[in-house]
Amino acid sequence: MTALLPKTSQRIAFFVLWLATLSVIVPVGMVILIIFKNGWAAMTWEFLTQMPRSGMRAGGILPAIVGTFYLVLGAVFFALPLGLFAAIYLSEYSKDNWINRGVRLAIINLAGVPSVVFGLFGLALFVGFFKFGSSILSGSLTLGVMILPVIITSSGEALDSVPKSFREVSLSLGATKLQTIRHAVLPHALPGILTGTILGVGRAAGETAPILFTVAAFYLPRLPQSIFDQAMALPYHLYVLSTQVPNVDSKIRYGTALVLLTIVLLMNLIAIMIRSYFRSKKKW
Amino acid sequence: MSSARKFKEFIFESAIKISGLASIFIVALIFFFLLKEGIFLFRSQSFAGFLFGKNWYPISDPPEFGILPLVLGSLLVTLGAAVISIPLSIASAVYIAEVAPRKFKEILKSGIELLAAIPSVVLGFIGMVTIVPWIKTAFHIPTGLTAISGSVMLAFMAMPTIISIAEDALHSVPRIYKEGAYALGATQWQTIVRVVIPAASSGIMAAVMLGLGRVIGETMAVMMITGNSASMPRGFLHPVRTLTATIAAEMGETVQGSDHYFALFAIGIVLFLITFLVNMASDIFLHRKRK
Amino acid sequence: MVAPVKLKLESLTVRFSKATVLRGVQMDIFSNEILSVIGPANSGKTTFLKTLNRLNDFTEGVRISGMVFLDGKDIYKDIDPVILRQKVGIIFALPIPLPMSVFENVVYGLRRQGVKDKNKLREATEKALRDAYLWDEVKERLNEPAMELSGGQQQRLCIARTLAVNPDVILFDEPCSALDPISTAKIEQAMLKLKEHYTIVLVTNNTKQAARVGDRTAFFLMGELVELGGTGQIFTAPRDKRTDDYISGRFG
Repeated sequence: MTALLPKTSQRIAFFVLWLATLSVIVPVGMVILIIFKNGWAAMTWEFLTQMPRSGMRAGGILPAIVGTFYLVLGAVFFALPLGLFAAIYLSEYSKDNWINRGVRLAIINLAGVPSVVFGLFGLALFVGFFKFGSSILSGSLTLGVMILPVIITSSGEALDSVPKSFREVSLSLGATKLQTIRHAVLPHALPGILTGTILGVGRAAGETAPILFTVAAFYLPRLPQSIFDQAMALPYHLYVLSTQVPNVDSKIRYGTALVLLTIVLLMNLIAIMIRSYFRSKKKW
Repeated sequence: MSSARKFKEFIFESAIKISGLASIFIVALIFFFLLKEGIFLFRSQSFAGFLFGKNWYPISDPPEFGILPLVLGSLLVTLGAAVISIPLSIASAVYIAEVAPRKFKEILKSGIELLAAIPSVVLGFIGMVTIVPWIKTAFHIPTGLTAISGSVMLAFMAMPTIISIAEDALHSVPRIYKEGAYALGATQWQTIVRVVIPAASSGIMAAVMLGLGRVIGETMAVMMITGNSASMPRGFLHPVRTLTATIAAEMGETVQGSDHYFALFAIGIVLFLITFLVNMASDIFLHRKRK
Repeated sequence: MVAPVKLKLESLTVRFSKATVLRGVQMDIFSNEILSVIGPANSGKTTFLKTLNRLNDFTEGVRISGMVFLDGKDIYKDIDPVILRQKVGIIFALPIPLPMSVFENVVYGLRRQGVKDKNKLREATEKALRDAYLWDEVKERLNEPAMELSGGQQQRLCIARTLAVNPDVILFDEPCSALDPISTAKIEQAMLKLKEHYTIVLVTNNTKQAARVGDRTAFFLMGELVELGGTGQIFTAPRDKRTDDYISGRFG
C-alpha cells in the first residue's frame, strides 16, 4: 500500500470492518423482522390457547407452549441448585490442584457437547437405564444437564465479583464460612445468578435435539398430566411443521416460530437488562 | 456453636463439595453411556469399516455402517462455514474492540448476544424459506438443499461465539503495547494490524476453534437445510448429511438394541470425542495466552 | 503488680508457599495494654496480626509452626476458630463497611451468633457506637447505607462492629493509613479509652503514632521480632542497632 497514505488506508480498513460487522448484525434484524412480519397474522388468542385441530393445520399450539413451560421449569429445578452449589464450590472451597483444574475442564467440555449427544445421553440414561421412558422427567433432566454449564459459569462469575474483603470482614467477626457465604457473599451475587438462570431458561426453551428422543411427541390429544407423560414442545413442533407436515398454512409455521423466538429473545433481553441495571447500581 | 448447627453446616458443605465434583462425574457418565451402547456395534462391525466405510446403508439387508460420507459431510459444511465466518468474525471483533464508539459497542455486543440466542430450529426454518430457495435460483440447481446453504447458516451460528471470544482476547491486550506503537507514530490501524492482533492471536485461535466446534455439533439447522443425502458428498452444491443430522433423523426409526441403534450411538461417541478434542485444544490456546 | 499474659507466642514461624514470612517469634502480650508494632513494609506485621485470629488459615499454601496461646489455651488445638475470632477482633487498613445499613453492619456478628431479640440488638448497637465515638454522628442515620459515611466514620463503624461482638483483644492493622489527621486523632482517642476493657495490638507505619499510643512497642524486621520493650525505652534508648536505624529514619 505504498501509494496510499496511512490515514487513507486506515479509513478504508475501518470501513471494511464496519461492513463486516453490519453483515453480522443486519441478518439478525432481518431474521427477527421476517418472523414477526409473517407470523403476526397468526397471533390470535385462539392460536395461543387452543388445542390443535386437523393434524396441526388449524387451531392452536397451546400444548406445545405448555410442554415447553413444564420442560424448562423442570430443567431449572434440576440445574439451578446443583449448578449454584457447584459454583459455590469452585469459588469458595476449591484450591489450586489438579482435581479442580479437572472440574473446570469438565465444565468447559460439558458446554461444548453437541446437543444431539445430550439427546443420546438422555435416551440411554433417563429413558432407558432409569426407565423413566419418554417423559417430561427425562426431557427436563436432559435439558437440565445441558444448561448446567451456563448456570455454573455465570453464578461463578457473580460470586467471584464480590470483593474478597467482604468475606474477610465476615469471618473476622466470628461467622463461619457457610454463614459468610450466605450473608456476606450470596446476596450480592444474586443478580448474576439470576441473569445466568434466565439465560439458561432461554437456552432450554429453544433446544430441539435433546428432547427429540426423550420427551417430544408431535401430537398428543391432551395436555400432560404428570411428569411421566410425554409432551409437545415448541421447538419440536416447529421442526415437524416445517419438514414433515405438508399443506400447512405458512402463517401457522411462522406463528409457531414467532412464539418460540419471542420467548427466547424476551428471556435474553430481560437478562441483559438485569445485568446492566445492577452493574450501574453497584455500590462497590 | 451448637451441635445441631454444626451438623447442618456439615450437610451443606458436603452437598457443596459433591456438587462441585458433579461436573466431572457427569462428563464421565455421558462418555460411559455412549460407550455402553455404541460399543455393541463392533461385535458385528470392524472399526475400520465403521470409520472409513463409504456406504451408510443402515436399513438395507445386510446393513452397512460406514460413516465416511457423514464425516465428509460434516467436514464440508464446517469448512464452508469456516471460510465465511472466520474473516467476518475477526473483522467484526476488531471493529467492536478497537474502532466502535463506546456506547455503540454495548449495543453491538447485545446484538451479537441475541444472535447467539436464536434457537437453531428457528434458524433452520428461516434458512429453509430464505437461503435454500435463493441458492437454488442463484446457482440454477435442482434443489437448494445443499452443503453450501448449510455452510451459510452455520457461519451465522458460529460468528457470535468467535466474535465474543476474539473480542475478549483483543480487549485484554495490555494498553502499554498500543501506547508504545502510538508513541512511535503509528496510526490506529497500523497498530491494530502489527501489534494488537498478533498479541491476541492465541485467544483468536481459541475463539475460532470454539466457534467451529459449535458448528460441528450443530444439529437442527443442518438437518433442515442440507438435504440429508447420506452418500459420499459430491460438492458444495449438492446435498450432504452430517454426523449430527444422522443421529437426529434416524434415531426415531430404529429399534432399541438393533445394530442401527448401536451405530447411532457409535456416531455419538465420534462426535463427543471430536468436540472434546476441539475444546481441549482451544483451552490450551486460551491458557497459553495468559502468560 | 504484674499484668496477666493475654496472648503468648512461642517460636511462631509462618511460611507461605516458598517464603518464610515470620520466624521464631517469641513474645508475651499483656492484658489491657496497647502494644504498638512497628517496622518497614513486608516485615511480617500483618501476617503476625492475622495469625492471632487465625485469618491466615484461609490463605493457600500457609504453613505454621510454633504455638500461640490465648488465656493459656492453644488457639490451634483448644479453641474453636469461630469463637477465637469473636474474642480476637481485627480492624483493617481500609475501612470495609458491608453494603448494608449502619445498624446491620454493627449487628452483623451478633446475628451470626443467633441473637434475634430486637431490643438486645438495639442496645448492643448503641453501646458499641458510643464506645467507638460514633454514636452522636450516626444515631439519626442508623438505617442509612453505611457506604455513605465518610472515611473516618466508616472506620469507627468498623470498630463498633467489632466491639459489638464483645472481644477480649482488638487488633488494628494500620487503621489510620487512609484517614485524615482529625479522624486519626479520634481513633487514637478511642483506642486509649478502649484499653481499659480490651487488649490492643496496633500495627502502624507511623512511628509517631506508635509512640503516642503504645504502652510497649515491638519492632519487626524481615519476619523477626528484633526488639520489644516499653515505648519510652524503645524510642529513646533502643538496645538493637537495627531498631535505632529504623526509628531514626536511616531506612524504612
